Amino acid sequence: MSDASPPAAHPPVTDWVHDFDHTDPQWTEDPFPIWDELRAASPVVHTERFLGCYMPTTYEAVREIANDTEHFSSRRIIVRDVRPEIARNAAPPITSDPPVHKPAKQLLLPPFTPDAMKKLEPRMRAICNELIDGFIADGKVDAAARYAKYIPVRAIAHMLGIPESDSDLFINWIHMILELGIKDESKLLQAVQEMSAYFSAHIEARKDKPTDDLISYLMNAKDKEGNPLEDSHVLGSLRLLLIAGIDTTWSAIGSSLWHLAKTPGDRERLIAEPGLIPTAVEELLRAYSPVTMAREVVKETTISGCPVKAGNMVLLSFPAANRDPKMFPDADKVVIDRRENRHAAFGLGIHRCVGSNLARMEMQVALEEWLKRIPDFRLDPAGAVTWSQGTVRGPRQLPFLLGKAM
Amino acid sequence: MTERLRVHVDPDKCQGHARCKALAPELFELDEYGNAHEAGDGTVPPGLEDKAWLAKSNCPEIAIDVIEE
Repeated sequence: MSDASPPAAHPPVTDWVHDFDHTDPQWTEDPFPIWDELRAASPVVHTERFLGCYMPTTYEAVREIANDTEHFSSRRIIVRDVRPEIARNAAPPITSDPPVHKPAKQLLLPPFTPDAMKKLEPRMRAICNELIDGFIADGKVDAAARYAKYIPVRAIAHMLGIPESDSDLFINWIHMILELGIKDESKLLQAVQEMSAYFSAHIEARKDKPTDDLISYLMNAKDKEGNPLEDSHVLGSLRLLLIAGIDTTWSAIGSSLWHLAKTPGDRERLIAEPGLIPTAVEELLRAYSPVTMAREVVKETTISGCPVKAGNMVLLSFPAANRDPKMFPDADKVVIDRRENRHAAFGLGIHRCVGSNLARMEMQVALEEWLKRIPDFRLDPAGAVTWSQGTVRGPRQLPFLLGKAM
Repeated sequence: MTERLRVHVDPDKCQGHARCKALAPELFELDEYGNAHEAGDGTVPPGLEDKAWLAKSNCPEIAIDVIEE
């Protein structure tokens, strides 16, 4: 067990190109001009913060790194102030490299195919409507805290077979791991321990009484040799599914509603042409991609002509890649009927998000059900929109007024 | 002779984003892991040419070829 370091305040950034910091309040609030500045300077930039970290700024550089598992390891996937010890079976397959990655990934894929998601869709529509029932009469709502947040948390609880009523517990762990844990290792360790204890109890209960859910699915899964998975592997994958499936989609739904609240033209078009919603979801995923991953450089190489040295982390910003004007015409605009859209919101290469089909279904259903019942809404000028910091970006407070403006 | 199109998914490049299946369900199929392959021999029936190009231009892994025969 490593010593937990106390939380450290970061000095404000004055030179983004040579000293970037993705936890800086300016980045949290409005990262897009920063990414443009970095991209104009170099396809790969570096900061001494976080014990040394690169960031690819172009779509091409991001693709090169995502496809290069020889020089870039996934053993550490979050850029933090510290480098916590590498745990075996931390969260396979997201923390796995070849050759162990593929079998671990293949285990998780069948429950998340588009066909599997279709079966979940009726439950998702019901969840969305239950949530809307809870606030529609109030005339105002925090759409992040009372809608976007609970859609993915209830969906993944439903799939895992754990109580949807434990949602707030899961949300707190995720906040400790992905936000507070960047600067305070003790929060990270505490959350991981609590999650492991929680899932261990659910695993124990299923040893006597197997259930028809993802926990039992993983407990019954066999590796290539036909042996059951180690307990630590099952636990690691369960931690991954819970962490990865929640604030990511919460952020994507929140950002989408934020965009629609301030863009009545797009909102009216989607109400008139609901068939366009899947295309719009892809564009909202591109423009407001929530997830930034990381890699650790394990062998010196060059990326887009820039040398990168072992021992540094890499902030693998799919969101910045998706704003690269060389790849996307009008990259800084939301074009809700964009036809060609090779966005990388779910990553590129072997670590493509295992839950991408789930996330897409949740986003489509969340927007469809919201627009059916709440066609008119706008940002509440009396409130403030706040954004999460660090690895996953999305609105955490999203105050709306519902109904037509007087 | 009219030009015929054929689609092909490179299985080594496909990572299962499933964009092709969403945009051109007639032309692609998914396996149990959600990875894509072309339906049948990949021949694009008349009228579905646009969908073939759309699938190609939305594949994040550049795994889809549209072959003009």
